[in-house]
Amino acid sequence: MREYMTTRDIVGPLLLIESVTDVTYGELVELEYPDGTKSLGNVLEVNGDVALVQAFEGTRGSNPSGTKAKFLGRSLELGVSRDMLGRVFDGLGRPNDGGPEIIPDKRLSIYGSPINPTARDFPDDFIQTGVSAIDGLNPLVRGQKLPIFSGSGLPHNELAAQIARQAAVLARSAQADVVGEKLEGEFAVVFAAMGITFEDADFFTQEFRTTSAIERAVLFLNLADDPAVERIATPRMALTAAEYLAYECDMHVLVILTDMTYYCEALREVSAARKEVPGRRGYPGYLYTDLATIYERAGRVKGRAGSITQVPILSMPDDDKTHPIPDLTGYITEGQIILDRNLHRRGIYPPVAVLPSLSRLKQKGIGPGKTREDHADLSNQLFGAYARGLQAKELAVILGEAALSDSDKAFVAFADAFEDRFIRQGKHEERTVAETLALGWELVSLLPRSEIKRIKDEYVDKYMPTETEA
Amino acid sequence: MEQGKIVKVAGPLVVAEGLIESRMYDLVRVGNEGLMGEIIEMRGDRASIQVYEETEGLGPGDPVDATGAPLSVELGPGMLESVYDGVQRPLDVLERMTGAFLTRGVTAPGLDREKRWEFVATVSAGDRVSGGDIIGTVQENVVIEHRIMVPPSKAGTIADITSGTYTVTDAVAHLKTDSGEIVPLTMMQVWPVRMARPHARRVSATEPLTTGTRVIDTFFPIVMGGVSCIPGPFGAGKTVTQHQIAKWSNAEVVIFIGCGERGNEMTDVLMEFPELVDPYSGEPLMKRTVLVANTSNMPVAAREASVYTGITMAEYFRDMGYNVVLQADSTSRWAEAMREISGRLEEMPGDEGFPAYLGTKLAAFYERAGKVECLGATAAGGDVRTGSISVVGSVSPPGGDLSEPVVQNTLRVVKVFWALQDQLAFQRHFPAIDWLTSYSLYLDKVTPFWNSHVSEEYRSRRDTCMAILQRENELAEIVRLVGLEALSAEEQILMETAKTIREDFLQQNAFREDDQFSSLKEQDLLLKTILLFHERAIEAHAKGAALKDIFSAPVRERITRAKYLGTENIAEYDSIASDIETQLVGGGADESARAVYAGGER
Repeated sequence: MREYMTTRDIVGPLLLIESVTDVTYGELVELEYPDGTKSLGNVLEVNGDVALVQAFEGTRGSNPSGTKAKFLGRSLELGVSRDMLGRVFDGLGRPNDGGPEIIPDKRLSIYGSPINPTARDFPDDFIQTGVSAIDGLNPLVRGQKLPIFSGSGLPHNELAAQIARQAAVLARSAQADVVGEKLEGEFAVVFAAMGITFEDADFFTQEFRTTSAIERAVLFLNLADDPAVERIATPRMALTAAEYLAYECDMHVLVILTDMTYYCEALREVSAARKEVPGRRGYPGYLYTDLATIYERAGRVKGRAGSITQVPILSMPDDDKTHPIPDLTGYITEGQIILDRNLHRRGIYPPVAVLPSLSRLKQKGIGPGKTREDHADLSNQLFGAYARGLQAKELAVILGEAALSDSDKAFVAFADAFEDRFIRQGKHEERTVAETLALGWELVSLLPRSEIKRIKDEYVDKYMPTETEA
Repeated sequence: MEQGKIVKVAGPLVVAEGLIESRMYDLVRVGNEGLMGEIIEMRGDRASIQVYEETEGLGPGDPVDATGAPLSVELGPGMLESVYDGVQRPLDVLERMTGAFLTRGVTAPGLDREKRWEFVATVSAGDRVSGGDIIGTVQENVVIEHRIMVPPSKAGTIADITSGTYTVTDAVAHLKTDSGEIVPLTMMQVWPVRMARPHARRVSATEPLTTGTRVIDTFFPIVMGGVSCIPGPFGAGKTVTQHQIAKWSNAEVVIFIGCGERGNEMTDVLMEFPELVDPYSGEPLMKRTVLVANTSNMPVAAREASVYTGITMAEYFRDMGYNVVLQADSTSRWAEAMREISGRLEEMPGDEGFPAYLGTKLAAFYERAGKVECLGATAAGGDVRTGSISVVGSVSPPGGDLSEPVVQNTLRVVKVFWALQDQLAFQRHFPAIDWLTSYSLYLDKVTPFWNSHVSEEYRSRRDTCMAILQRENELAEIVRLVGLEALSAEEQILMETAKTIREDFLQQNAFREDDQFSSLKEQDLLLKTILLFHERAIEAHAKGAALKDIFSAPVRERITRAKYLGTENIAEYDSIASDIETQLVGGGADESARAVYAGGER
């Protein structure tokens, strides 16, 4: 056992330990401070006989002379087992629900290994979230990573909980014009909280408990008053558990990571303590690469039944989409669901800003067999018409409603109806994709026929409700 | 070979001492697992090494073995249809070796050593050859004939050469050099990635690289051998545009570098390319493609190397006389990899933490593109062998901010700029290439080709449409302030035509089979039709037709759908034209409308 009491410097969450031998990069360290506090840490850099260690649980109580550092010869690991379902852990994977320790089936390094791109299976199975704004326009696909970009005061937690509750897989349909049945599969939810408040965390645990979703959930909680650096490990703990459940236990895992903003801030804290050259807004230059090692752990692997779908939540500082965290996230994830303050103020739930939201995999996840043949065209038309309606509304603000042409007026009416009937829905209202599509067609029928340019004629003839129906 | 010892490990950067004989950019093997690394800085006997694999578990004292050779790629039959990582390890072979997840220290040669190829000699013993000369061919697959060349630095007389089946390491011929030495020639060449392969001379490129995407081919064309840049804030459809070019461009060979991008996107390419039928050969697109995949979660140093690996392969195909299109998605991630390594080296940073040499490296990379006369003898007919590399580099500006260093340094060297705009994407105007800020400096170069291959009027039609779009932009301001009615009738017609150009020409659905590819001929006809309507509308109005009658002419429905006609129904355009002629005659409109609109006054 290599144990040292040779700490030289302590800076923020970092300790510089001298005269060490055989220390390797990434090695796990057990730290014991003079007041008896213990902390786990890992080696960030090793230079000759000097090791730079990041303490996950902070350095309060430490001093250079009295700190014991034990190098464990392995990296940070998580003991995984099927029994993790239904349990609550702290940010470093230790049970904190009062239950017994997990008897691990395996111990896995929390850093995982990248999936070989040739071994990936393309995500093309539709997940029905029961939320029209998502299913109809920006559908979520199994194996996708689709973040929710939110801001403080917006109902991202409610939306995430609703998705977690309602998410279901549909059976493949043999007919292009019929939506498949909902499948009851092995669905699990892994929830990682990083730096969120007790109340937010409690909302999720209660939400899971009351709907008995807890039995198929694993929770990792690092709350606002828990050590910040621990947050760097938390999402990796969650994803390690998710990978085990997905690839070893054949489950479809939905991973909710909230709030990624706090994760990035913890990373910045460590980077600043190391005096690294900062990139934009003080975040380290490797933020993109680091986030990629988290987000890219979503996916499907050929020959394995399970899948990992990620819904990370991040709050945009000042609702600014160009802030480095949402910006870099958007470059890695396959789209984003953006919540909009104006819609929220107007009392529309979920306040999904439809136009800037995007699901990059939607073309793969919808269509005949997966949902319905007209889905893609219909969603394009809804998008286009809504955009045009909003434009016309802007025009009306300047020129007055009277100045609008008849077709512009039709688009304005469409946009209002779209927000009120299509986007708006109850927090516990679950709409099947067939219902969502029917609603979409009803709205499209408000438009003049000549303006329906994005839908193939045969679909218009087949699905457009006739006057009497509408 | 000498062995050094690790003294420091910091992320992907390892410092080792005791490497005295090694040179800059030499490849080394790090640690007991023999991880690949490259020397990027030397101070005394200490060498800084960027490691192409995860460095977790390495520590001071671990061995570093020199190889004495720079990071190189293997070039020869077997590259096509392959999927490599950033340092040319075949990912499909690695998958068979270690399973779905990439483990460290596993390596496999870039070219299959077992596979035998049918070599057909095209020169005979006694022939004098020099670097770049073709000595034989291998039909690598039904689409591409692989031409086996004499390595650039070698020259002499063929001592013996035999057609037959060989592996890439077998000698297919022997060369007697001028110094009398006998050297074996194999089908495989090894070339250092950071060094451009030589050519006879650069020539000016004039033939367009057609992509089937209307806004690109007509409005902002690129030549074979050209360089272009697609910047795009995320969600603007950059990747789809790139895929479209890879799928539909008329280049013979496609090299696709997924540099620090999404794993699922690479999978999409991997699954789609073998299925997609190449419109030119009728064979799967994959048969003319090499993929270099270094996704964002794979080691960052290998990402830095990936663009060099890709372009060296492109040069090799160019040297055979092929037109190659290389797509690098995204060069911003490449620049970030440089920044990360530079930071670990504790170099003095330039703009936004990027190294000071960012501009130089970017320019040097893009300069490896171009059309060249290849090294080697001219063919029997006296035709000079030419080949080209067109580079389409995407950049991912943070926050869509085009003033950031990677975009700015790229714009200095590229000639075409396809400005993707998220605003257009929100309106579902795809491809979301902004027609007002994009540009192509190759327009005049391709015009002669257009004149002889498409039509004499194509260029002028394109320019007319561009002017209409520009005018629309100016008028839009007025409309926003005082409404459409304030415009003269002619201006209203122009606004309507501009809308038609935007919606029925510029917009193109990459996922709709009857719309994803448009030939130059079709593009020209579509423009012609739209402009014909425009002219006739103005004439009809002058003769007294009411605007609302003009705008509601039934033929407009046909114009809207014209883009879906496809090459085989090109004759339809004539019938649309005659519809326009018959429906927009003017004078026939009802009296009240004429009274309202005549002379544009009210």
